[in-house]
Amino acid sequence: MTFGGEFPSYLFLLIAGFGATAPWRFLGVVLARNLDIDSELLNWVRAVSTALVAGLVARMVLFPVGALAGVDPVLRVGAFGCGVLTFFVARRNLGAGVAGGTAVLLAGQYVVW
Amino acid sequence: MPDSPNKPPAPQWADDATARRAFWCGVRFAPSTPAVVLFATFIGFGALAQATGFSPAEAVFTTLIVWALPGQVVLVDEVAKGAGLVTAAFAVTLTAIRLLPLTVSLMPWLRGAGVSRPLQFLMSHFIAVTVWIEGHRRLPGLPAHLRAPYFLGMASAFLVLNLVATLIGFLVAGRVPVEVAAGLLFLTPIYFLLSLIASARGRVDLMALALGFAIGPPLFVLMPGFDLLATGLIGGTIAYGASARRKARP
Repeated sequence: MTFGGEFPSYLFLLIAGFGATAPWRFLGVVLARNLDIDSELLNWVRAVSTALVAGLVARMVLFPVGALAGVDPVLRVGAFGCGVLTFFVARRNLGAGVAGGTAVLLAGQYVVW
Repeated sequence: MPDSPNKPPAPQWADDATARRAFWCGVRFAPSTPAVVLFATFIGFGALAQATGFSPAEAVFTTLIVWALPGQVVLVDEVAKGAGLVTAAFAVTLTAIRLLPLTVSLMPWLRGAGVSRPLQFLMSHFIAVTVWIEGHRRLPGLPAHLRAPYFLGMASAFLVLNLVATLIGFLVAGRVPVEVAAGLLFLTPIYFLLSLIASARGRVDLMALALGFAIGPPLFVLMPGFDLLATGLIGGTIAYGASARRKARP
């Protein structure tokens, strides 16, 4: 099979997949070479990473792709809030929060919307 | 679903443990909430790849070599659109830039005696958001010499689970109701957010979290593609700066 018109599929995936992804990880290894686990610079990088992932979460809920895009935004955000609430009510239990939010999303689609 | 506590003390198995034992403990403790979430989301990826006309082997190959869901989804999408190699690679690399800060912040925990440079590059291949979160949750509680083998065990278990999930998703594609498919896609963001809260260490993390959440969406509208990097740099730097000032005050 060919991708992109002319390339064998595995060569295409290797270049556009691995070739486009791995350099960032490898650069990370090189840049982290002289960083200690208790250095201030590392605390900053950790804060940057945390904000980045939080931004990713907000994007996934507010501008979803695929089947989630078909769910009413009110239900999406509501179910998200319910998940956070369940998490804290269940004394910061990760599994309970994930299950609670997802249950609300499923129930909402079948029952209300 | 066992979850390790926020700041784990050295677990009992770590007493006098060898690297081999640490590896297997990493494998053993991998099945947890994140494993379930990963499994479900990669079922979603397998189904997407099937709908795009990938072969099962091509779908599994993609999971193996990219190992970052957003990049994989974009890659499949570009193939579906008939995009050329350069266009597809550019679209994927934009999603992969975020792996740079994640790798920089996790690697110092994985270097130790006996961890060669090639092994460091190999370990970096496993770094994506879930592994980054779980790494920061589990590694600090371990003795330094056990972190790398434990990480490799955990990451290998995740890898096998996700390859299987990709295949299962491929097989069940088209038979999953759209409501359930939406539920599968919902698992990832809710897990990311809750585990960030669960593993937050102090005010900097919580502030970075809140800022990223607030400025992420507007930046996505303003500069799609570069939004995550900008969100991280702006939100993270403000959060870090604010806490550094607080510390500096007597």
